Parts: sequence; structure tokens; C-alpha cells
Amino acid sequence: MTNYLWLIPLLPALGAIINLMIGRFLGKRTVSLLACGGILGSFVLSAVTFFQLIKLPADARVIHNVVYQWLNIGKLNAEVAFLVDPLSIIMLLVVTGVSFLIHVYSVGYMADDKRYARYFGFLNLFVFAMILLVAADNLLLMFIGWEGVGLCSYLLIGFWFEKKANATAGKKAFIVNRIGDFGFMLGIFLLFWSLDSVSFQGLQAALAAHPLSTGLATAICLLLFVGAAGKSAQIPLYVWLPDAMAGPTPVSALIHAATMVTAGVYMIARMNFLYVLSPTAMLVVAIVGVATAFYAGTIALVQNDIKKVLAYSTISQLGYMFLGVGVGAFAAGIFHLMTHAFFKALLFLGSGSVIHGTGGEQDMRKMGGVRKFMPITFWTFLIATVAIAGIPPFAGFFSKDEILWKTFSSGHRVLWAVGLAGAVLTAFYMSRLVFMTFFGENRAHHVDHHPPDQEPSGHDVCCDDDSTRDKSHHAHIHESPKTMTIPLMVLAVLSIVGGLVGIPHALKGANHIEEFMAPVFANSGIIHVEKHVSTGGHDAAVLPVGEHHGDTTLELLLMVLSVGLVLISIYGAYYCYIKKKDIPGRIAQKFSGLHKLLLNKYYIDEIYQQVLIKSLLALNNILAYKIDLGVIDKIVNGLGTSTIKVAKASGWMDKNVVDGAVNGTGQTVLAFGQVVRQPQSGRLKDYLTWVVAGIIMLVGLIWFFVLK
Amino acid sequence: MAILQSFPLQHFLIIAAMLFCLGIYVILTRKNAVAILMGVELILNATNINLVALSRYVANDISGQVFAVFVIILAAAEAAVALAIIINIYQNFKTVDVDKTDELKG
Repeated sequence: MTNYLWLIPLLPALGAIINLMIGRFLGKRTVSLLACGGILGSFVLSAVTFFQLIKLPADARVIHNVVYQWLNIGKLNAEVAFLVDPLSIIMLLVVTGVSFLIHVYSVGYMADDKRYARYFGFLNLFVFAMILLVAADNLLLMFIGWEGVGLCSYLLIGFWFEKKANATAGKKAFIVNRIGDFGFMLGIFLLFWSLDSVSFQGLQAALAAHPLSTGLATAICLLLFVGAAGKSAQIPLYVWLPDAMAGPTPVSALIHAATMVTAGVYMIARMNFLYVLSPTAMLVVAIVGVATAFYAGTIALVQNDIKKVLAYSTISQLGYMFLGVGVGAFAAGIFHLMTHAFFKALLFLGSGSVIHGTGGEQDMRKMGGVRKFMPITFWTFLIATVAIAGIPPFAGFFSKDEILWKTFSSGHRVLWAVGLAGAVLTAFYMSRLVFMTFFGENRAHHVDHHPPDQEPSGHDVCCDDDSTRDKSHHAHIHESPKTMTIPLMVLAVLSIVGGLVGIPHALKGANHIEEFMAPVFANSGIIHVEKHVSTGGHDAAVLPVGEHHGDTTLELLLMVLSVGLVLISIYGAYYCYIKKKDIPGRIAQKFSGLHKLLLNKYYIDEIYQQVLIKSLLALNNILAYKIDLGVIDKIVNGLGTSTIKVAKASGWMDKNVVDGAVNGTGQTVLAFGQVVRQPQSGRLKDYLTWVVAGIIMLVGLIWFFVLK
Repeated sequence: MAILQSFPLQHFLIIAAMLFCLGIYVILTRKNAVAILMGVELILNATNINLVALSRYVANDISGQVFAVFVIILAAAEAAVALAIIINIYQNFKTVDVDKTDELKG
């Protein structure tokens, strides 16, 4: 029954191969059918696997499928094998499902692009790598997927490479990710060195046999976290994600919001059995997560590019996920990952729809009033905003509150407070985005009643979307085609109901998702182990409340508190951006220093440029000019010159001594030959004369010696 | 036959030696390849005379004469081969002068 697991990554891989190799010669229809069909196939297979998994008893929900013996060197045994358990099946469903919707959306969004087939090829390749990442049963195979998604991210950020900024953004993403990958690799090496295994099941078994020292576990966890921070854009390696918005918007939605950037969270959740061994590493993860959540939220407050706001929002939300896994609430982190995939993909696709509809506009200051022209986009976007802000019963509320509650209940009060503040910020900047974009008067100078020839052309300064812009430069703001709005609607439904699988016990819910994933995190168990024991083999969902029975009131209170703060925050945004529009400007003037700091993203890029890149360049110059040119080149040149000298001496010896001997021998032989060749005249008679002379001598000798 | 038997063996041997020397002389002095071939024939016939004479006077049977017949036959074959070689030489060098065919000169 497990024989088709390998098909899940294979279908997108086939799509990628076909589209990249011969896609140019196929029609756009064939290309999109191939691309979307492959992903749909993967999604259906994942769903079938999901239902198979559910049928199994809770503790045995693992499907393991070895496809191929890949490496077997000494103790290293890596297989191309897939491991599907409750954790990875959720990831698989989210990845393939959201990917499919975004593929469909891309059909409309990229309709006029000249590199259509290449785009879908890359997108399919990405999905292949991502499936490899989440379904891998060992760290090496996971690392291949990890690098694969990084490569696709690079390729797709720089997809419109005609503009240098896009190509640079791609390179930046790749290089920053390399730093993280370096840490990840070191973590894998250290892990293999200490436990002799790279497969997750093998590692768990090895850990059960010989426990790891806390120091070593901390080192490994922190190294792995460096990788996670690079891939999932956490402090200090988040700088690539805002720039990654240079890619096509569906790519931002798929790779830089919904799936790839969550790989770090997934990896830590996957390695939960290791992380629980090191409270220090867990604390570092939680602190970095919450700091990122708050920090990115503050930057998002003042950004004017719609995609930049969403990018910082993504960084911030990823911070929440890390906070979740950092305080041991792995299930809550993955839950937030899932709901975030829905609403953040929806937000990006919605913003893409706005950009598409307004002819390539990305600056929110030049938008406004878009609501009237794009009703579907507006309503779906609003749903996503409410979801991310955390208003019940939308998806984001349950997952974010779960994380905050787990943070609070595990005793990290400060982290909880910062996280709550971040949630308030989230509500504010998202409402600001909605108000600026969809409400009020249109601030672009080309609303539909103006004649086209009066349009100023300055509105397209910061757009990246050349292909769509050129076509619709003179078009009115319009609703997007059906291939784009239908995925929006599906994602909107998911954003509404996605949270219902995880209603906490405090709200008389069953928290199915946590129960479902509990076996994966069973032996990591800060929370889950106790629950597992307490249920004693009964169906856990039947029991009304878990071990936090006494805290239910507190949990409810905190929920009310956060929802209240969020509502106040939204009202604040409404007050600032709809009612009294001069307030933001006055605040910005009053705190102009702070405002500039935020607007320039804390000057982190500049600091990196000055401190890291400059010092690296200085080191580079020293190495290049002082060491390389001054020392190494001189040694090499000196060696060369002395070799030439030796060669010259050797050449003189050769010419005079060796050649003399050889020539002398030759000449001697020649002279001897001159003498010896004389009798050899070639004339028959001469030879006969010799013969006769010989005979006469012979006869003479016989006469002399014998007869006498 | 009776007259012949009155000559002693030495006469035959002397004539044969003279023929032999004449043959050598012809070979050493003539430039024409055909003439050299004739010289060779003289030497062969000198040998034949020796064979027949010695067979008659010393062995007193016909074995020497049988040898002589073989030598004559072989001489004919040798002449045929030699003439073929000479024709080839002529075709290659446009001459039968053996002094000019000195390609094997060292």
C-alpha cells in the first residue's frame, strides 16, 4: 500500500523536466496543464496517504518507503526513502495544496510572460524539492531538498533578470542562505559524528541507546538553527527575504511566504527529539523567534511597498512559529505554519491581483479605493487580514493564540509579552495596508474617468512586473481573471476554516491537529507526554481538557486580552488612516528619527554592508594583494626564475657534453663506415674479383700448408 | 674411341683448367651481362670435362657422365633464369652494362 509514495515527488519532477526541456515548443496550454496536473496528482496522492494514515492506530501512523539505496559508506547509510507521519503529511498537504492553487493562479498572472514554460518548470522543480525536504526520512535527503528549494528560490527571485536589481536580489538570497546552510551542514556532520546515523528514526533509536551530553546537543541544535534561521529568515539572516520580493508575486506567495521559508520550522519540529535535550538551544530559538516577530513587525509599520509589508509580516509570523517550537509547542508551531500558509499565500496572491489590476503598481501611497474595482480581491484580502490579525474564528487566531498561550504557560512571561506586542503590531500594519490600498480615494492619477493621454507615467517607478505592466499600462483598474480569483476564494475559505482543526480545549474544542501530531512529538514531550500518559490509550479527543485544567480560565482571559488589544489596534489604524489622515504624518514628523530608522529597516543592510562586507573586502584585499601577490606570487615567480636558470645550465651541458659525446660516436662510426664501404662498389665484377682473389689465396694456403 | 684413350688424363685436366681460366677472365673483363653469362657457361663446361674425364680414367664407371648431364640441364635452367634477370636489368636501367648497375654500392 505504500508503493506510490515515491510518485508524490516524481510527478512535479516530471513536470519540471518536460517544461524545462521542451516546454518552449509546447503551447502555453500544454505547459500549464502539465505543471498544474503534476501538482494536483501529488496533492491527491498526499490526500490518499492522509486517509490511509488516519485509518492506522494513533501510535502506528508511520509509512516508510525506501526507494533506493543511495549511499552506504562505512557507518553512513543514507537511503532515498520517504517517511510519512502526521507531521510530514500535514506539510505535504499544505505544500501540494497551496502549490496547486498558486500554480493555477500563475496561469493567469504569468499569461503574458515570454518565459512562461521556464517559469512553470522552475515552479514544479521547487515543489519537487520541497516535497523531498518534507518527506525525506534522513537529513541528507532533506538537505538535498533544502538546497533544491534554495536554488529554485534563487532562480525565481531573479526570474526577470533583465533588471539588475532582481538578479542582485536573487544572489543575495542565495548567498545569505549559504551562510545558513553552512551551519546546517556542520550540524549534520556533528550529529553524524556523535550518533552515527542521519536518518530520523535511526537518530531517535541511537539517542535512546546512548544519551547525548547536553553540551553536544546544544551545539548541534544551535548549528541546525543557524540553517533554519537562514532558510526561514530569522535574525540575523532575514535580510534576503524582503529583497526576494523582486520575483513574480506568485513566487513570493509560494516560496517566500507559504512553503519554503517554513522549512526551518519544519526541520526543528522534525528534530524535536534532539531539541528537547537542550533547553538552552530551545530558549535561543524562542528568543530569536519572538525578537524577529516583534522587530519585523515594527519595520512593517512604515513600509510603503505592499509586498515589502507582506515580506516583513512573513518574517514576523515565522518568528511566531519559532517561538512556538522554541517553547516546546511543536504542534502549535506547525499549526501556525499551516494557517499562515493559507492566509499569507492569500495575502500575497491578493496583493499580486492588486498589482496586476493596477498595472504594476506596488506603492500603497498611490493606491486607495481599489475595493470598488476589485471586489473579489478585496473580500478575500480582508478575510486574510482578519485571519492574520488573529480575530476569532478565523484561522490565525487559533494558531497564534495557541503559541502565545503555550509560551505563557511554559513560564516565559517576557517572551509572551513581546509576542503579544508583536500581535498588536501585526494587526496594525495589516489594517494600515488594507485601509491604504482598498479604502479611500484612489491616489493614482489614472482612475478610469481620465482620458488615457493625461496619465502621468511616473506611477510605475517601483514595479517589478514588467511583463504585466507593459500590457496594462493604459488599462483601468480591473478585477483579475478567473484563474486568479478562484484560488483566492479557495484560500479564503481555508483561511476561515483552517483554524477549526485546532480549537483549543479551553474553548471546548478538540484540538485535533495537536492530537494528530502528538505521536511525532511523543518522546519530546514537555506537554504531550503527560497527556499521552493521562489518556491511557483512550481516544484522547474525547477527554474535554488536558492537563491545564486549572488554567482554562487564565487561558480564556489571555485570549480575550489579545483579541481586545488587536481590535483596539485595528481601530487605531482605522482612526489614523481613514478618519484623521494627517496623524501618521505628524507622528512621523514628531518621531522623525525613529521613523527614518524604521523606514530604512534599522539600517541593517547598510550595517551589513559597512561591517561585514567592507571588512570581508578588506580581508580580501589583504589576502589578494599582500599575501597572494606579495608572498605567494613571489615564491612562485622565484621558483620559476631559478628553474629557468637551472634549465639554462642543464641546456649548456646538454649541448656541449652530451651532444658532443653522441655526435662524436656518430662521426667515428661514419668515418669507419667510409673506410669499410670502399670495397662495396656495387659492381658485380669487383665482387667477383674478390671471390677469385679469395679462391687463389685459399688454394695458395692449401698448397702451402697441406701439400708441402 | 681408341684414339681418345691414347691421351693421358692430364691433357683433359689441362684443357678443363684453361677453359675455367678463360671463363674467369671473361667474367672479370666483360661489361656485357650476356658475355658474363657466356663466361659462366665456359666454367660449367670446364667442370663437365673434368667430371667426364675423371669418371673415365679414375672411377672407370658412368657416374661422372651422369653428373655432367645434370650439370648441363642445370646450366640450361640457370641460363634461362639469368637471361630473365638480364632482361629485367635492361628494362630498369636501359643497359646490360654491369658496371652501370651499381645501386648496391655501400
